Formats: sequence, C-alpha cells, structure tokens
Amino acid sequence: MIEIDKVHKSFGQLEVIKGVSLTVDKGEVVSIIGGSGSGKSTLLMCINGLESIQSGSIRVDGVEVHAPGTDLNRLRRKIGIVFQQWNAFPHLTVLENVMLAPRKVLGKSKAEAEEVAVRQLKHVGLSDKLKVFPGKLSGGQQQRMAIARALAMSPDYMLFDEATSALDPQLVGEVLDTMRLLAEEGMTMILVTHEIRFARDVSDRVAFFRNGVVHEIGTPDQVIGNPQKPETADFLKSVN
Amino acid sequence: MFETSFTWNDLKYMLEGAWITILLTIGAMFIGSLGGLVFGLLRAIFPRASLPLAWVLDIFRSVPLLIQFVLFNAFKSIVGLDMSVFMVACLVLGVYSAAYCAEIVRGGVLAVPLEVRRASRSLGLTFMQDLRYITLPLATRVAFPGWLNLTLGVMKDTALVMWIGLIELLRASQTIVTRIQEPLLVLCIAGLIYYIMSWVVSQVGARIEKRWQQDD
Repeated sequence: MIEIDKVHKSFGQLEVIKGVSLTVDKGEVVSIIGGSGSGKSTLLMCINGLESIQSGSIRVDGVEVHAPGTDLNRLRRKIGIVFQQWNAFPHLTVLENVMLAPRKVLGKSKAEAEEVAVRQLKHVGLSDKLKVFPGKLSGGQQQRMAIARALAMSPDYMLFDEATSALDPQLVGEVLDTMRLLAEEGMTMILVTHEIRFARDVSDRVAFFRNGVVHEIGTPDQVIGNPQKPETADFLKSVN
Repeated sequence: MFETSFTWNDLKYMLEGAWITILLTIGAMFIGSLGGLVFGLLRAIFPRASLPLAWVLDIFRSVPLLIQFVLFNAFKSIVGLDMSVFMVACLVLGVYSAAYCAEIVRGGVLAVPLEVRRASRSLGLTFMQDLRYITLPLATRVAFPGWLNLTLGVMKDTALVMWIGLIELLRASQTIVTRIQEPLLVLCIAGLIYYIMSWVVSQVGARIEKRWQQDD
C-alpha cells in the first residue's frame, strides 16, 4: 500500500505539490490526470525517493520513504518506474539492459538473470530483439524494453510517468497494450497519463491534479464520465 | 649524390630517445588519467564543494609546462627529495595532464543525461553501481576523443623534459645535429618518429571508437 499524506514539494521558491494526500491499495490502478505543471510527475519521483519532499509523508508498505534511515536502494527494488523518455542504457543490448539490475541489485546469477530477462522481454513482445542495441529500436520498442527492465525486478508497484507522451501516435497503442496487460494481471499501478480514454478503461480510480493538489478524485465514471468540478470538466474538454 | 654523416648508430641513439618519450608518455598518462578520473568525478558530482580543487587545477593548466618542470626540479633539490629525473618528469607531466584530464572526465560525466542516471537509480542500483555500470561507461565514450588528444599532446610535451636533463627523442636529435650539422635531415627523421608513434596511438583509438559505434 502506498500512503501519501499531506505532501508538499518545492523546487526553490516554486511549490509544485501543495498538500497532496492519496492512498493506493494493493492491486489498485490509479490514474493521475491534469495539465502540465500540476505536479503529477514530481509526485511519482517523490514516491521512490528520487525527489525529496518538504513536508508530509509518503509510506510504501509502511516504510517511510523520506525518513533519514530509509534504505532507498532496497525500497526501489519493489517500485518499478517507467519514464516519459525511455532512458535505455545505450551501451547495453536489450537483454543486458534488462539483466543488469537483477544481477547487480538482486545478486542473481547470470543464468537466473537471463532467464528472468528473457521471460519479461517475451512478456512485452520483444523476444526477437534480445541482442539488439536500443539505438536500433523504435520508441515504442524502447519503452516496452523499459517496462520489461522494471518488471525484471519483480516489483510490487509500477509507476508510469507519461509513458506514451514522447511516442509517435502510431506507437502509442503497443505500449498501452502492454500496460493494460499488467493492469489485468493485478499489478498495483499509478499512471500519470494524458490518455484519458485509456485511463478510463484500466483505472479503478482517477485523480485530477490541479495547481499541486488533488482537485477531484473518484471512479473513472465519476471523474471522467461525470466530473463534479467545473475545472475538471474544462480540462477534459481541452484534451479531447 | 646525397651524402650524409648520419649513421645507424645515430638512428639507434634517436630510437633510444624515442623509447624514453614513450615511457614518459605512458607514465604521465597513467598518473594523469587516474588523477583526472578522481578530480573530474569530484568536479562533476560536487561542483560547488570542489571549487578549490578547480582553482588548483587551473594553476597547473595555466602555468607553462616548462616553468613547472624547472620549478619542481629546483624544489626537489631544495627539499632534498630522492627522485630520479625520470620520476620528476613523469610526476610533473602527470599532474599537468591530470589537470586537463579532469575537465575531459567532467565533460564526459555531465554529458550522461540525468534521466538515464535516474532510470538506473530507480532500479535500485546504488550510486557506485550507477557510476560503474552506467555513467562511467557512457562518459568514457564521450570523453575518449578528448583523452586521445591529450595523450598525443603529452607525447609531444615530453620534449620539454630535456630542460631538466633527460634525454628523450628531441634532445637526442639535437645532440646529433650539433655533431653532424645536418639539422634538416635529423629533424625530419625525428618528426617522422613522432609521427609514427602518434599514428599508432590514433589507430588504436580509432579502432576502439569503431567498436563502440557498433552499439549505436
């Protein structure tokens, strides 16, 4: 369970998250929608401790992420994150990209890591690209590799930070299909996304972020189908 | 016809000088690369805290190498350090190249996108693991051409060690010129030997870069 409680986050003078509280249960899929600069992506970075917070607390399975003694490297093993920019490791093959963390972080043997990597790459439909370097892949393939890389750590949670925003339109579908597959398998997921229809399809709950706070939250049918606040309705109109 | 007093023995003498040049270059670049790696990493990772280091390195980059040789050699005598001239030469050239190499390393590390480093850390890799498996390998590809350039530069800067009495290729050539009075021929041969040494280094470098390019 991820418990976000009254979190504030600033970059210098600029406060981007102004008291966000949100709880995500095991097995739940929560989508975060909202305009740019509303603090959605930053919140994901805070959840796995890539960004610090100024006040409030974030707990993952009861572990306080920003407490001084927290072993972030250990915590991050169970939180997979997929970024907007695919962030492949360009000097490693697809297989090596996926094998690296299981080997070095989990201490698996080469054979074990390879077995996991091959399985995850098959899962995302990249079985034929194992020995290829990421530079030879399309954006959609690189993003699916990034998903496999995160899955190879057998995370309990997956965070997606606008995973399809940097892709050509015709490549968006293949990545969304992979994410949908994960959601159907029961993965706990937080998606920051601009794909409203997709969010409506896969999510248990949708949160609309505005000016650094959760402006409206509820089931997809409530928030997207029948928004209660005018700002939510305006936003939905603007993206469609 | 073409006549010369240049003998095979003279060539052998020059090649012995060239060997000193090679040893000096290797020694200096060994010190320079190690020092440059450490200093460059410090500069890239703690830009503010390592500012004093930057000032010190700036001194070594700014003061002409010749002055550094003479000053350090004098310092050595005053303090009474027991060091061979070769060691002095290696050390001064090494520190000088470390100052340059630090900037090369810094540039390479800063060229690795922050997002890629975040991706590796998000997988649970520690700071050191990220450095070892992701950041440094990527930075090396960026920094390598500059490092190779530095190596070629240092190879030629070794000529300055003659001022503290070490006989390397250029000094050996000058000795022969003084004796046989055929500066054009001797300097052409010396230049050719420098060229061949540099050519080998460039070729090795080009081969390494080619192998990296197959990744992309």
